[in-house]
Amino acid sequence: MSAVTGWRVALFTIAVLATAPLAVIFASFLTPADDVWRHFASTILSGLIFNTVVLAVAVGAASAMIGVGLAWLVAVCEFPGRRLFSWALILPLAIPAYVFAFVVVGLFDFTGPLQTWLRGITGSNLTWLPEVRSRGGIIIVMTLALYPYVYLLARNAFRTQGKRMLEAGRILGLSSLGAFIHVALPMARPWIAAGMSLVLMETLADFGAVSVFNYDTLTIGIYKAWYGMFSLTAASQIASILVLVALVVLLLEQYTRSRMRFSGPGASGEAPRIVLAGWHRWVAVATCTAVLSAGFIIPVIQLAVWAAQVAGEDLDARYLSYLWRTLFLAGLAATAICAVSLLLGYATRKHSDLASRLALRFSTLGYAVPGAVLAVGIFICFAWMDARIPDWLRAMAGLSPGALLQGSVMAMLCAYVIRFLAVGFGPIEGALHRITHSVDEASVLLGQAGWRLLARVHLPMLRRGLAAGAILVFIDVMKEMPITLMTRPFGWDTLAVRIFELTSEGQWERAALPAVVLVIAGIVPLVQLTSASE
Amino acid sequence: MQAFRNLVLASLVALFSAPPALAQDVVVYSARIEQLIRPLFEAYTEETGIRVRFITDREGPLMERLRAEGENTRADILLTVDAGNLWQATEMQLLQPVESDTLQRNIPSHLRDPEGHWFGLSVRARTIVYNTDRVEASDLTTYEDLANAKWKGRLCLRTSKKVYNQSLVAMMIAEHGEARTEEIVRGWVKNLATPVYPDDTKMMEAIAAGRCDVGIANTYYFGRLKQRSPDLPLALFWPNQSGTGVHVNVSGAGVTRYAGNRDGAIRLLEWLSSPKAQNLFADANLEYPVNPAVEPDPLVASWGSFKQNRINVAKAGELQTAAVMLMDRAGYR
Repeated sequence: MSAVTGWRVALFTIAVLATAPLAVIFASFLTPADDVWRHFASTILSGLIFNTVVLAVAVGAASAMIGVGLAWLVAVCEFPGRRLFSWALILPLAIPAYVFAFVVVGLFDFTGPLQTWLRGITGSNLTWLPEVRSRGGIIIVMTLALYPYVYLLARNAFRTQGKRMLEAGRILGLSSLGAFIHVALPMARPWIAAGMSLVLMETLADFGAVSVFNYDTLTIGIYKAWYGMFSLTAASQIASILVLVALVVLLLEQYTRSRMRFSGPGASGEAPRIVLAGWHRWVAVATCTAVLSAGFIIPVIQLAVWAAQVAGEDLDARYLSYLWRTLFLAGLAATAICAVSLLLGYATRKHSDLASRLALRFSTLGYAVPGAVLAVGIFICFAWMDARIPDWLRAMAGLSPGALLQGSVMAMLCAYVIRFLAVGFGPIEGALHRITHSVDEASVLLGQAGWRLLARVHLPMLRRGLAAGAILVFIDVMKEMPITLMTRPFGWDTLAVRIFELTSEGQWERAALPAVVLVIAGIVPLVQLTSASE
Repeated sequence: MQAFRNLVLASLVALFSAPPALAQDVVVYSARIEQLIRPLFEAYTEETGIRVRFITDREGPLMERLRAEGENTRADILLTVDAGNLWQATEMQLLQPVESDTLQRNIPSHLRDPEGHWFGLSVRARTIVYNTDRVEASDLTTYEDLANAKWKGRLCLRTSKKVYNQSLVAMMIAEHGEARTEEIVRGWVKNLATPVYPDDTKMMEAIAAGRCDVGIANTYYFGRLKQRSPDLPLALFWPNQSGTGVHVNVSGAGVTRYAGNRDGAIRLLEWLSSPKAQNLFADANLEYPVNPAVEPDPLVASWGSFKQNRINVAKAGELQTAAVMLMDRAGYR
């Protein structure tokens, strides 16, 4: 029983720590903000809700289609360039969504090179062309920026499904498409759901991309209440409602599959690939190329052009330290989050009672809160502890340290864990689904229990999930802005901070330089980790 | 390689401890960006030997940070890029009043808090920008006139979410009252040629390209754009010259309530308002010096002089919430 309690204690401790900033945000309901609510209700609120729902549903559905479709192609089929596409299709993730949004507007708006050129050759003003900064525009941009979450997780699911189930399906008379729809897709559901929930939460919390498109979602309402009407209270209340919506969706999804099992009949070899022939293979190549071009190659070329224009005056030794700090923080955070995710994963493996499941879901909700609002919640917790810990230490051990959390990198790291736990946990949870309890039992019979079971049996089986979790966290931390801004020590500027410095005064083209460095820096670990998850 | 090793070591040390601060250091929380303040602080350190440490972020988070840190804060100065947030910081009791003859002498009274909680350090003028191929300067008169039906389909605006527009509308409320201002803003919205823009630069590019003819922008964005593309058919117009004058805002600063180094903070603010620092402060971003004894950058001076609105910029903060609500009602996104 002692080990059992240990897992529980760990799970609930993490849940309390990760939920404390959310509690601070929810505590806003103790203060009324009626004026702001009345105003919103009588003016923009219904529009904000409508826009948010449309964006979330459309981006969620489109990301799922693109992500799952591409994952199926590279995981199960064989066609020219498959190996390259397999890792390259994750690359759009390396471009921050707000940067991507600005590039798209820069390229395709009225004053952009495309329309300017078209006006030149047609001699007309072309005002009938669709407006880029529109609902359709933001849906496309966010889908291309976010589909890799679904793609990476679904790819892992398809690669690890093994051949038995598919073979069974084929024997029962299903075509390969039928086997995909009736066998592979349902079997991959936890992974696809995890990817989609990341997409959903990121869409709900996005502020940067929607502001470039002037597309008013609830996040815009949050910042309008806070920055424009000086009511952090109202802002936190709206953010709390977003979190609750995310929680309900997550729990519903989990509830509807709570009676299902997703581990196949024992570990079987990987299924042989379906070799695409004739025009099929060229459709596959064209699809992958199109998504990769739109989501990565074209925006990066535009960024590189802008960056080249300013590199002469702006690129210097500072960038070495920006780069180092970015990688250092992202690496540490990825490691920490993978460790915490493993812990949570095992704890809920041992205990799947309602309280444990709820504790788990609450710990991963930080991702659904707009970054700056969560940053304040985290900061208030740190400041609270910093005001007390020195007293405790003095009383208990006679020590008198200064501020412990604020201004140390450890504080940033804790903040990142709270923010991005969902991102790391998703893939790792998926990988744990693949390890049946019969694997554990067999191992224990063979004398592999406890840590040895973990190291010799589980870790190899978890490799893909861990790598995927690490990739996603690494990239997300590199791009993260509000928490980095608020918790960094003096002088601890990163590439994302540099982007902030330039964009906050509207110098988007100049911000292309740190953005390009960020993207390049992201590619190396991405390729490394992706090959580990192959 | 040595540099890189130092970087790695420093990172590992920073993991567990905050970097030490000297008692005479001045610590600044700044919403004004790094490249606009670093040269200034370096010049100060060179002259006085006193180190200035700073953290940049947006105003909202910086103010919440100050509030959460309370008495434990290390910040001595809060520096922002608009008066509205300084007004709000005063409301939140994050700043303390300062009496300084130097600051009162160097800074006109409408550009600082009457009680000394904060002081404007540079002036940001928000004025009319027009396409010189499509508009005659004689057609332009006031901000209010842009609501006139003759500008239908010819006006471009930046989003109402930007504090610069919120301040502009707040100052219009101060002058005209809410009902009249709402009518004007509704007129603007009716005249829009395109959805509003996320920033001034994109909006001016659209005006230059002929997507629309006229808009409202901060002069330093205009200056920056003209430096990059001098041939754009764009010019500035100073509106409301026979009325209250051009809308101005400030980038300014105040001493925090729990400043550990209050005297050092005041000395830094005094230095920032002095003629030498004023040029560094304003010229770095093509803004106007707040100190009337100081000439602006030659490029800025070439745009001509103008009469500025003398209503205290604190009004921008006081009426900001009303302005935001008004713009929502008027459908100005």
